[in-house]
This record gives sequence, structure tokens and C-alpha cells, in this order.
Amino acid sequence: MTDEAVELRDIVVRYGDTTAVGGVSLTAGRGRVLSLLGHNGAGKTSLLQVCEGFRRPDGGIARVLGLDPMADHDALMPRLGIMLQSGGVYPWATAGEILRLFASFAATPLDVDMLLDRLGLRKFERTRWRRLSGGEQQRLSLAVALVGRPELVFLDEPTAGMDTEARHTTWRLIEELRADGVTVLLTTHLLDEAERLADEVVIMRSGAVAATGSPAELTAAAGIDLLEVRAEPGLVPDGRLADFKVVETTPGEYAITGSLDAATISDVLGWFAGAGAQVTAVNTRRRTLEDVYLALTSGEKVYR
Amino acid sequence: MSTLSLGVSRGHVELLQFLRDRTAMVFTFAFPVMLLLLFGTIFSDSYDQPGVTAAHVFSASMLAYGILTTAFVTMGSGLAMDREDGTLKRLHGTPISATSYVLGKLLLVLALVVAEAVLLIAVGTLVFDMSLPDASHWLAFVWIFLLSVTSSSLLGMAVSAIVKHARTAGAILNVPVVALQFISGVFIYPVIQLPSWLITVSSIFPVKWMAQGFRYVFLPDGMRVNEAAGQWELGRIALVLGAWCVVGLVLCLVTFRWTRPDK
Repeated sequence: MTDEAVELRDIVVRYGDTTAVGGVSLTAGRGRVLSLLGHNGAGKTSLLQVCEGFRRPDGGIARVLGLDPMADHDALMPRLGIMLQSGGVYPWATAGEILRLFASFAATPLDVDMLLDRLGLRKFERTRWRRLSGGEQQRLSLAVALVGRPELVFLDEPTAGMDTEARHTTWRLIEELRADGVTVLLTTHLLDEAERLADEVVIMRSGAVAATGSPAELTAAAGIDLLEVRAEPGLVPDGRLADFKVVETTPGEYAITGSLDAATISDVLGWFAGAGAQVTAVNTRRRTLEDVYLALTSGEKVYR
Repeated sequence: MSTLSLGVSRGHVELLQFLRDRTAMVFTFAFPVMLLLLFGTIFSDSYDQPGVTAAHVFSASMLAYGILTTAFVTMGSGLAMDREDGTLKRLHGTPISATSYVLGKLLLVLALVVAEAVLLIAVGTLVFDMSLPDASHWLAFVWIFLLSVTSSSLLGMAVSAIVKHARTAGAILNVPVVALQFISGVFIYPVIQLPSWLITVSSIFPVKWMAQGFRYVFLPDGMRVNEAAGQWELGRIALVLGAWCVVGLVLCLVTFRWTRPDK
């Protein structure tokens, strides 16, 4: 069909009467990192399951590396790395044994010792799975997904339960994968994760795509969003500031929103100066992915 | 990577798993041995064959129970567990094939069943003075053993498809196991004591034939009069067990699922 790594057209997933995914289309180009962002229950995992060949979609067409994930399962699996959200590991086997087992499935696996070192799992090599903490299990799951040198990796909430250090290690690994030309499709509800890693973000809400774009596209539409000025309390804006919305959030803290650029900011500051105010702090803020996300997922309209 | 070598590396981890799970190990191995020791001590029936005690009969018959409970229950509950906790699903997301997966499990079962058989035969000979058979009987032992293990494992796999929750697997799987022991001449011997319709029912299932086969191997030829047909019926044993292997295989192929249907 195409040369894209993942191409989904009008995918529908139903569980009984519940529609988990209601007609989602998306494309992940080769060598790109695409992040599915959404609350729990937004349909992210269901969509991944379709890509991974675990579930036949109830509607629509899925192509992964140009293949049908269900029909071409056997041809596809050696080229994929899949990290599930939970479960599915022999509880009494040690981390080293598990990773070596999965390495043995691959034609040209990565060096197991290197992976153990990179993911900080060396000291747990002889620890049984059931004795690993949640974050350690996550790291091992990630290692299992990567050990077969996949072309395309599906990571379902890869950093859930990890501590800060492990999370950063994971992020660096994902960045290296991307640099090596590996396509990564990950789900997350962490905005900083999506913002840092993703070339493309797909925000999902109730089984549908609410917005797509690069983090920059999603956040940059409005330039500077907010100007915060600290001065004396109780200043009352007059007609010169009629184009802006000025709110004194706490006494002496003014939040100014509206069409803000260098010229208008200078107008605003000019007004403060003209009012004889002693300005002690000026701060500008851009809209973050978080603002976009919260606006979208809480059902508000976002301006774009 | 070949299906075989993948199956072997999986079997290795399966076996490690089992050996480390002490509860499973103790119960799988200890239960048939305990029953053998109890039955062999409690019952003192004598037969018109000199030198044959009830303990000898139980030692032979209990092999059928040991194999069934190990192969059928280990396979059935193991598969249900792997399906429930997502092990099967995770494996399905790797290049491994269903055949390699099953092969890994079969290797585990084979190792367990061999150990179980050695244990039971050792108890029979050391505790109850059962004499070991000659070479031609050992040959029969090998094929009866292999057919028993294969049919029990395949049926265990097939039955796992109807097990909804792994924690109920043991209960569900043990119902046919225990019921069949009573009607197949393992716990109650000679079978002729049972109503004839019950013997007909048990003749459909493999356990009767497994037990009969092992009694052929370990008991003197004269003991055949105590069998339902008054004969060892080796040909029929092969036929019925072979048929169950085929039925089991077909059921497995039809019912095998990587994930639970509701997941």
C-alpha cells in the first residue's frame, strides 16, 4: 500500500457494545517517533493492539511495514519490537534468563550484556522477575522489545512506574533508536515525554483523534500567549489596554492575554510606565503541549 | 532459528520455572507417590498369582495416574496461566511460532513425567519389592509411556481452552482426572467389580488403557485374567491411545488461542 511504517485508515475497535476506537486514521513515517497521547481509556492501547496483530480491527485497514498485522503476522514479527503494558513474563525466571530467551528468538539479536548495562539491569541479572520492582520490570520489558533489533517498536507507556533516572535513560535510548532509523510508536500520558521525544503527536480523546501535529505545531500556533507583570497592586487598566485582557491574579501580579508580540508588549509595558508603576518582574509564557492537551481532552475548544 | 531450537530454549526456561516453584514441584511429584504409599500399605488383596501383592498392582497402575495428573494438569493449567497472565500474548509478539511454544511446554512435561515415572517405579521396587520386567516389556513400556504422555498433554491443552480463569484450572482439570482414576482400574482393582456400564464408559477414555498397559509391563502374565477382557489387549491399547492423540491434536489446533477471547 505505502512505504510508511504504520498506516491506519478508519480503524474501529469495539468491545461488546463499547467502542474503544471509533474510526482513527494515522500515519507514522519510517524513522519517526510518533506519540499517542491521551487519558486512560482514550483508545491508545486498543489502537496499538491492532498494529501489533493482537486484535483484528472491527473496521478499517491497518498496514504495518506495508503488511497486514494479522494475515502477515509471521513475516512481520521478526521486524517488530513490542513492549506490552504489563504481564507476560515467567515470574520465576531471572532478568538475565528472560532477556536471553527473547534474544534467542531473534535472527541477529543485540548483545544482551550491553542491553543489561545500558538499562541498568546488570545488578538484577540474577533476580527473579517477581522480585523486581515495577520500574525494573518496565526496563526489562523495554529490553525485551529491543533485543531483536526491530525496525519498528511499539511501546505502550514505556516509562510508567520508572524513576526519574530510568525515565531519562529510556528517553535517551528512544532518541538513539530514532537516530538509527528505527520507527517508534509510543503511547503515553506524560506530556514532557511526548514533547521531548515525538516528531509527531496524536492526541486521542474517547477513541478519536482530537489533534495531530509536531509538538511545535501544536504549541506554536499562538506565539506568546501570556504576559505576566509584577508591579504595585491595584492598578486599573484604561482604554490603551482595551485590546487585551488584563487580570490581577493576586495583588500586584497582572496576567495579560491577547495578541502579544514585541510591539504590543512594548505598548503594555509603556502603559505601566505611564501609570508610574514600579515594574519589578516581566515574564512571557508560550502555550505548552500541556495547555493544548488539557484544552483538548477536557472537551474545550482549542483555538488554532 | 529453527522451531526446534526455539522450543528447546523455551523448554529450558519452563523447566527452570518449575524447579523454582517449590509448591508446584512438591505437589506434582509428591501426590501420586503419597497415594501409592497409602494404597500400597492399606490394601492387602491377594490374587491367585503367587508373589503378586496389591502394592505391585498399585505401583503399576499409579503410573497412569502420575502421567495423567502431571501431563494433563501441568499442560492444561500451564496454558491457562500463560494465557491469563499474558505470557502467550507477549510470545505472540515475537518471532516464535505456536509450535515452538507448545514444544517448550512438551519438553517440560516430558521431563516431569520421566521424573515422576522413575519416582513411582523406584517406590514400587524399593518399598514394595516389585520386580522389574525384562527387555521386551520395557519396549512396550516405552510406547505406552509415549502415547500416554502425548495424549494426556494434548488433551490438557485442548481443555485449557474452556478454562476461563487460571485459578480455577486446577479444580476443573482435576475433576476428570480423579473421576477416571476410580472407574479405570487405578484406584479400584480389579475393574470387574464395577458395574459393566461404568467399564464401558471408562473404556472410551485413555486412562483405562494406560493403566492396563502399565500392568502388562510390570505384572506377571497370569494377572491378565483380572482385566475387563481377561486379556492385555496391547493392540487395542495402542489403537485407543493413538486415537486420543489424534483427537487431542485436532482439538488443540481448533481451540488454540494466543489470548483470552475477552481481552
